[in-house]
Amino acid sequence: MMTEDHRVIEFRHVSFRLANGRELLRDLNFEIHRGETLVLLGRSGSGKTTTLKLINRLHEPTSGDVLVNGESTRQSDVIRLRRSVGYAIQDVGLFPHFTVARNIGIVPQIENWPPDRVQKRVEELLQLVGLEPQLATRYPRELSGGQRQRVGVARALAADPPILLMDEPFGALDPITRAELQREFLSLQKRLRKTIAFVTHDLHEALVLANRVALMEDGRLVTILAPDEFLKSKEPLVAKYLDAFGTQLDHRGQS
Amino acid sequence: MNVWHFMFQNHIEVVDLTLEHLWLVGISILFAVAIGIPLGILITRRPVLSKPVLGAANIIQTVPSLALFGFLLPAPWIGERADRLAILALTLYSLLPVIRNTYTGIRNVDPAVVEAGRGLGLTDRQLLLKVQLPLALGVIIAGVRVATVISVGLATIAAAIGAGGLGEYIFRGLAMVNNQVILAGAIPAALLAILADVSLGWLEKRLSPG
Repeated sequence: MMTEDHRVIEFRHVSFRLANGRELLRDLNFEIHRGETLVLLGRSGSGKTTTLKLINRLHEPTSGDVLVNGESTRQSDVIRLRRSVGYAIQDVGLFPHFTVARNIGIVPQIENWPPDRVQKRVEELLQLVGLEPQLATRYPRELSGGQRQRVGVARALAADPPILLMDEPFGALDPITRAELQREFLSLQKRLRKTIAFVTHDLHEALVLANRVALMEDGRLVTILAPDEFLKSKEPLVAKYLDAFGTQLDHRGQS
Repeated sequence: MNVWHFMFQNHIEVVDLTLEHLWLVGISILFAVAIGIPLGILITRRPVLSKPVLGAANIIQTVPSLALFGFLLPAPWIGERADRLAILALTLYSLLPVIRNTYTGIRNVDPAVVEAGRGLGLTDRQLLLKVQLPLALGVIIAGVRVATVISVGLATIAAAIGAGGLGEYIFRGLAMVNNQVILAGAIPAALLAILADVSLGWLEKRLSPG
């Protein structure tokens, strides 16, 4: 019974087709536990992002059910659902006509928090993601890629949602900034204990951030493994990944 | 007698006709905006309507202006007064640029930004008012600008049905075979068009994000 309670997100025989009949996801079954970071790993077109969008109902399953806190997303109020699930995507998702402060404060604002409380929350979040308070009045185009990404994460965290969806949030960054943000992600997650679904195509990122790695290929879930199991797995596709990233991993191991 | 001399001598009439011209154009653009922007928004929400609506606006645009004035003449209430007729015709001509720019402006907002908004839990209304419209505003104003400049030119033809405006001079000059009189209508009309273009261009730039 205990484990039942820990399932925050659950996929039950979920398939998803486009209107034109193309099948993007086939019979997905997995769950994400409370406080866990599940990384969806796979190449472009493997269905990772589609899987993520099923959780906040940007897509609806063609068959099967996605349960969030035990309730099927089909039944839930979609606006409520989305506001209880933080969503961070590659930096293009910031509102270009809003200042940093308005970008971060958008969800509290539409949830009708009083303005002074929104402002306090924005200040708190800027500090939490390691941004200078004076950046609040800047526009996204005036920020560096790394800063924009932090704003994106801060925006997703604004209304303190228990669940966080992150779609290649560090994808467009240079390797040094990327490593820096990955480190901060880990320390942040240690404090906040959110339930996180994180999409990446970078094996190294997956192994660093994940409690468990879900490997996807052609719309199917190949396997879910903890990082140390992943490195030892005999699964052919896993071997292929380890091979492709092999030199890079060794390299990082030495540094 | 040169054109400046003529305009100076008749400056009261020139100002009157210019104001009349401005009024015809101004009211028509107001109507076109009041109808065109909501219609443009509607067809981004109901994509099946986009083809018929844009198609209809397109067809109106291809009707020659003199013919359109003639077509509308038998319309009840509208046909009773020349200025009503002129305003209706100018409004119809102004619709296409306004509808089309509203539609494309909203459609061209970065889909990643729209999806992020959806994912954060903005309602459709909030998405429209807080994200899509502000980001499309520059393009929408550009449509109003095109409509206004076209209307300033077209409104000269309204004089043919007796609606007044600077076209009075142009038609009078044509009848008298007097270039000075034609220019006395054409020059202020051209200046109005340039003024509208520059001021709305400035507004467009101010309101465009980024």
